[in-house]
Amino acid sequence: MAAALAARRAGVKDVLLLERDQHLGGVLNQCIHPGFGLHHFKQELTGPEYADRFVRLVQEDRGIEVSLRSFAVRLTGTRELSYLRPGALEEVKARAVILATGCRERTREMITIPGSRPAGVYPAGLAQKMVNMEGWIPGRQAVIVGSGDIGLIMARRLALEGVAVKAVIEIQNVSRGLVRNVVQCLEDFGIPLYFRHRVSRIHGRDRVEKVSVVQVDEELRDIPGSGFEIGCDTVLVSVGLIPENELLEMAGAEMDGRTNTPVAKEVNLTSLPGVFACGNAFKVYDLADWVTRDSELAGRTAAAYLAGAAL
Amino acid sequence: MFSDVIIIGAGVSGAAIARELSRYKLKVLLLEKEAEPAFGVSKSNSGIIHAGTQNPPSSLKGWLCVEGNRLLREELAADLGLHFVQCGQLVVIFDLADLAELEKIKKEGEELGVQGLELVDRAWLDRHEPNLGPEVKAALYAPTAGIISPYRFVYALVENAVRNGVQLKTSRKVAAIRRTEKGEFEVVAGGEVCRARFLVNAAGLFADEISAMAGAPSFTITPRKGEEYLLDRKREHLANHLIFPLPSKTSKGILIIKTSDGNPMIGPTAHDTCDKSDLSTTDEGLAEVLAGARRMMPTISPGDIIAYFAGLRPAAGKDFIIRHEDSVPGLVNVAGIQSPGLTAAPAIAVMVADILKGRGLRLEPKEQFHRLRPRPVHLFQVPLAETRQLIEKNPAYGDIVCRCELVSAQEVRDAVKRGASTLDGVKFRTRAQSGRCHGGFCTTRIMKIMQEELGFPVTAITKRGPGSELIKDERK
Ligand SMILES: Cc1cc2nc3c(=O)[nH]c(=O)nc-3n(C[C@H](O)[C@H](O)[C@H](O)COP(=O)(O)OP(=O)(O)OC[C@H]3O[C@@H](n4cnc5c(N)ncnc54)[C@H](O)[C@@H]3O)c2cc1C
Repeated sequence: MAAALAARRAGVKDVLLLERDQHLGGVLNQCIHPGFGLHHFKQELTGPEYADRFVRLVQEDRGIEVSLRSFAVRLTGTRELSYLRPGALEEVKARAVILATGCRERTREMITIPGSRPAGVYPAGLAQKMVNMEGWIPGRQAVIVGSGDIGLIMARRLALEGVAVKAVIEIQNVSRGLVRNVVQCLEDFGIPLYFRHRVSRIHGRDRVEKVSVVQVDEELRDIPGSGFEIGCDTVLVSVGLIPENELLEMAGAEMDGRTNTPVAKEVNLTSLPGVFACGNAFKVYDLADWVTRDSELAGRTAAAYLAGAAL
Repeated sequence: MFSDVIIIGAGVSGAAIARELSRYKLKVLLLEKEAEPAFGVSKSNSGIIHAGTQNPPSSLKGWLCVEGNRLLREELAADLGLHFVQCGQLVVIFDLADLAELEKIKKEGEELGVQGLELVDRAWLDRHEPNLGPEVKAALYAPTAGIISPYRFVYALVENAVRNGVQLKTSRKVAAIRRTEKGEFEVVAGGEVCRARFLVNAAGLFADEISAMAGAPSFTITPRKGEEYLLDRKREHLANHLIFPLPSKTSKGILIIKTSDGNPMIGPTAHDTCDKSDLSTTDEGLAEVLAGARRMMPTISPGDIIAYFAGLRPAAGKDFIIRHEDSVPGLVNVAGIQSPGLTAAPAIAVMVADILKGRGLRLEPKEQFHRLRPRPVHLFQVPLAETRQLIEKNPAYGDIVCRCELVSAQEVRDAVKRGASTLDGVKFRTRAQSGRCHGGFCTTRIMKIMQEELGFPVTAITKRGPGSELIKDERK
């Protein structure tokens, strides 16, 4: 939304904004905790409040056509885009495309935790969606693997819902998340954070029953004899985010295979002319405010590209 | 309730037998202990329709494999709307001294009736399989091998059997088997008593227990674990064929497997275990699989892995056990169905029908047998132009639920209508939740569709049956 609005302000006449979900705002909608907007609006807002400020502006702007439940399936290097929506397969050719497709969570599978595959293991963001969007409480005793921000926020969120959050297990010796989240979400709730530990096994046939935890040394090797078990019915995995750039890759942009981000000289650029990427799709940010700042730049850069191309 | 035949176990063996018997004027009951069919061995395997090589020429499994492969290619794939891809297989060697071994496999395969076998050299391999590592020297090519989705194969068989009158009852664990004075079987399953003249035991890992319950403790099943690791769909074109090393004594070795879903897979390991519920993967298994696969294709990297699972082969000695138990008249055992059981299933079914006939079951063909099953729509399998037509006819095909694997709300609904009652059941039928985000984005949406279709509360939705509920409480 920030890119669309900025492009309009910079003189672009006609913007099509595609969103897969049934409402604008993306992941902000499930982030009902405060901490948004301190920089951009100089005010502390929740995720939905922060998103809503942009939604209103987008809706007022007649030059932005919003298409919800619209799923982009194909993008070419010459900016031909196909998307599906209920009732139609649409094809458009754009003069400039900005991809603001965000991130997905790294999963249990990517850090290969051995053991069985019972119900009760969730990416932390999925648990967040269940609790905040649907009002579903996934379990009664939880262990959180990884100290990413979503995991920390969810530790507090579950504790507030009466779930016993037994521990957060982090393999590194520092938190992956913001310091303020460690303090506000764990320390204030008395939730133990184990650094230099890893979950070495998940137990349970149908539903999680317990996890095995082991301490690791500087080289992340297990320290023999340090293992212990924690009983729980839920494991949340919060081990970082990966940009969602499958469309960009399909279009033939040069990609960094390790981070799944476009190879670019400057922020928001890709190797394809007229194709830009911004927000968490370009790189993983820790604050929504910085996403907004750089996405507005993406809107202006795209506008400048169009102005140049028109000459 | 009285049936002519009760089949215990709705894995691929039981499902194929049910479908075969549904051609005849018979009352057939299929009992399954899990919440859905295909939740046993048949869900966790390599999905290979083997050509039939690498089996001793005198073995039962050898000829059933070759015949099952033929039935699938020539009849079932088309009749049941299966997505079968005949990609062919290569058995590679790293040392030309092993050429004699390849020759032997070729000769034995030909004795079993495998068609089109051919030895190919490195130049051929460079042309047809460019990602092979430098260590590979030559290979045996078997063009009749192919791939299939194992669970969708089972679902197709079961659906078609049910269409033709077979009764399927899930969540019915057989707990006791008695004989009446008239010599009929009385089967106690899930609190219900069912009676039948004939009993077919296709209970996979538990076939020994069922046979013993029926009065014939004549074999034991030893589970042999196989761990498999799935790679990202981006590596779809890694290999053009199924790639095998020379077989060892206990298994076909670590393979590079194409799958009908696109994601390549590497595995499986083969280690005996004593626990029939041990489906865990291990650090050692991962190391073994990676080493084996990378020897054949060095560009495979640990970062390509997006998912993993383990399956248990129900081994009872070296070969399949498919026989009438003379000590318990009317009992037919279909046991020890290890690899290549998925391939052999259609031929096993014909063989079982024949055994039953030999024991006095009348096989009178129905006036109308519905041979064909319409193929379910999977957007990921159709080109965009066809997707457009589907969406124009039914808007819900344009409502995408699973972004990683491109699955629409309509496909999820169809899956539930066709019998999926668990999240895994939806996943196996549609692929939704099986992509790189592992359901992070789509799980809540799928659960809501299931709630709508099935009409039960969210706390009753399970991953794979009672005990695996996903949600403990709803916020008031
Ligand atoms: C890792 C691995 C890879 C493999 N790869 C291949 C391959 O590529 N190609 C190939 O051809 N074969 C392969 N196989 C072999 C193949 O998977 C099996 O041969 C086949 O699935 C066996 O099917 P089944 O129906 O006999 O057993 P199952 O699928 O286990 O079915 C038995 C059913 O009986 C039910 N049951 C058990 N006890 C009871 C009870 N008391 N009451 C009611 N129901 C009961 C179970 O729940 C189950 O659903 C592989 C196997 C493994 C483990």
